[in-house]
Amino acid sequence: MELASLFAYLVSFLTFAGIYAVLAMGLNTQWGFTGQFNIGIAGFFAVGAYTSAILTTPESPAYLGGLGMPFAVGLVGATLASALIGLVIGRITAKLRTDYLAIATIGIAEMIRLFIKNEDWLTNGVRGIAGIERPFAGTPLDTPFGYLLVVVAFVVLVYFLLERAYASPWGRVLRAIRENEPATAAAGKSIARFRLQAFVLGAAIMGLGGGLYAHFFGFLSPEAFMPLYGTFLVWVMLIAGGSGNNRGAILGAVVVWGVWTLTELTTDLLPTEYATQAAALRVLLIGVLLQVILVTRPQGILPEKPPKLIARKK
Amino acid sequence: MNDIIQILIYGMVLGSVLSMGAIGVSMIFGILRFAHFAHGDFMTLGAYIGLTFIAVMGLSPWFALPAAMIGMAVVAVVIDQLLYRRIRRTQPVILLISSFGMALILRSLIQLIWGSENQTYASGIQFPWRLDVLGGLRIKPDHVWIVLISLGLVAGVHLFLTRTRMGKAMRAMSDNMDLALVSGIPAERVIIVTWIIGGALAAAAGVFLGIDTRLHPVMGWTTLLPVFAAAILGGIGRPYGAIVGGMIIGISMEMSTLFISAAYKPAVAFAIMVIMLIFRPQGIFKGTL
Repeated sequence: MELASLFAYLVSFLTFAGIYAVLAMGLNTQWGFTGQFNIGIAGFFAVGAYTSAILTTPESPAYLGGLGMPFAVGLVGATLASALIGLVIGRITAKLRTDYLAIATIGIAEMIRLFIKNEDWLTNGVRGIAGIERPFAGTPLDTPFGYLLVVVAFVVLVYFLLERAYASPWGRVLRAIRENEPATAAAGKSIARFRLQAFVLGAAIMGLGGGLYAHFFGFLSPEAFMPLYGTFLVWVMLIAGGSGNNRGAILGAVVVWGVWTLTELTTDLLPTEYATQAAALRVLLIGVLLQVILVTRPQGILPEKPPKLIARKK
Repeated sequence: MNDIIQILIYGMVLGSVLSMGAIGVSMIFGILRFAHFAHGDFMTLGAYIGLTFIAVMGLSPWFALPAAMIGMAVVAVVIDQLLYRRIRRTQPVILLISSFGMALILRSLIQLIWGSENQTYASGIQFPWRLDVLGGLRIKPDHVWIVLISLGLVAGVHLFLTRTRMGKAMRAMSDNMDLALVSGIPAERVIIVTWIIGGALAAAAGVFLGIDTRLHPVMGWTTLLPVFAAAILGGIGRPYGAIVGGMIIGISMEMSTLFISAAYKPAVAFAIMVIMLIFRPQGIFKGTL
């Protein structure tokens, strides 16, 4: 492989890993901080991606939108739309056991996928939306590498925001809820309210990840939002990296995306008639990897480190 | 009027399938305290085990049913002993993640072994019975058998839970885990029996679904949401509630095709579930939370 194509490959790899890192940090807010179980990540991811696409693409007779707004508006819209869906689901399940949240999120992800697939007027159905542009069109930054810088900037931004939140009193309440719900309630904290806040924040971050994905890939179709890619990989990333730890979430995204890409390179060596089996084999390997981590090292590569206690001034 | 009765019958067939899945989900939740996300893929695997018996031994689908149920019960116990048992001591929510991973492992195994294209148990069309008395109502014999056999299985589960020592132990564990353990109930054995029943009923659901429609590696995954909806509606941890929930969800899903696009059938199950979670999260029959 010549150097230029290797570089292009590396840029695309890191951009994907960066987008997954944003999703994994969103999940970390919900699961790692608060212990809320969301397996509808694909749904929030899809809402973000489609919202940004509809806001920013040029006008089209096939579907609604084509508002031609700038990139930044698309991302803000993606974040808000996803947060709104999170608010609805979170409101319904905030008072219930997390198993109910898991079932409700899988339901909402499936509903969103059905909706995208069947409502052609809004999303162009299975034909998908094409021609979503990268930001900075016409400037030297309008390259894959330029977009990688944008994604990295967002990873850093989300990381610092979440680290701040984690160390704050707000983050401490979330961890308290995760560790001991009755004790937190006894200390006078409204469990449902904190849970809802964490869930909505996580959903918003996932929507942001969806928006970043839309502008990177340039084309959206309902098939991209199957639970496997959207949800399962993100879970494996967070668990492998270390749930509760934002650095773990980022590391997990890079490592697991690397493993996933490597399995693709390996199965590509198989003859083409085995293409569907090869895809199944890759999923099998990642599934087994998850189980091995859960049994042998459930805390992940980088375990959670609670922030140091600050000595109170006398 | 005739159309409505016809759709009601389809709804009861779907309801039977959902009930078979929901009883297992409900019992596993009651005893192991986690939502078993691989249950849909248990259904799929059961259906494909049935397919193998039909293809290799030339059995008819109805005789393959018990074979698939036994096969899937064995697989369920093996999965529990190999994997779930090792992480049972940690929080139940880790089991939830693990079962979600197991769902994908099973699905990809099914794709590897049986391929990912649609398959059927028997080719050709079955001629329905025409009931002239009821204004030319058409009933497929398969549908009658599906409803009757699932009623039989439900009666069997009921007798097991109420008349046997093991069944009573299971209900005790589901009602009050600590009290049951203190009074010396063999927890490991109860758990294994739970997986046997859950696995066997999931296989029955899968074979019914295969007889009624076709086999596909995601057939169970797409049925998982209505199955959970049925379990929640009936009160999770309540096997009897699961039957009521299954029938309500199944009939509502089929009836909805009179008003909205059939593509949104799963949305009906989801909507009923959400309404239930808002107004009565414990289900029709008060569940174990």
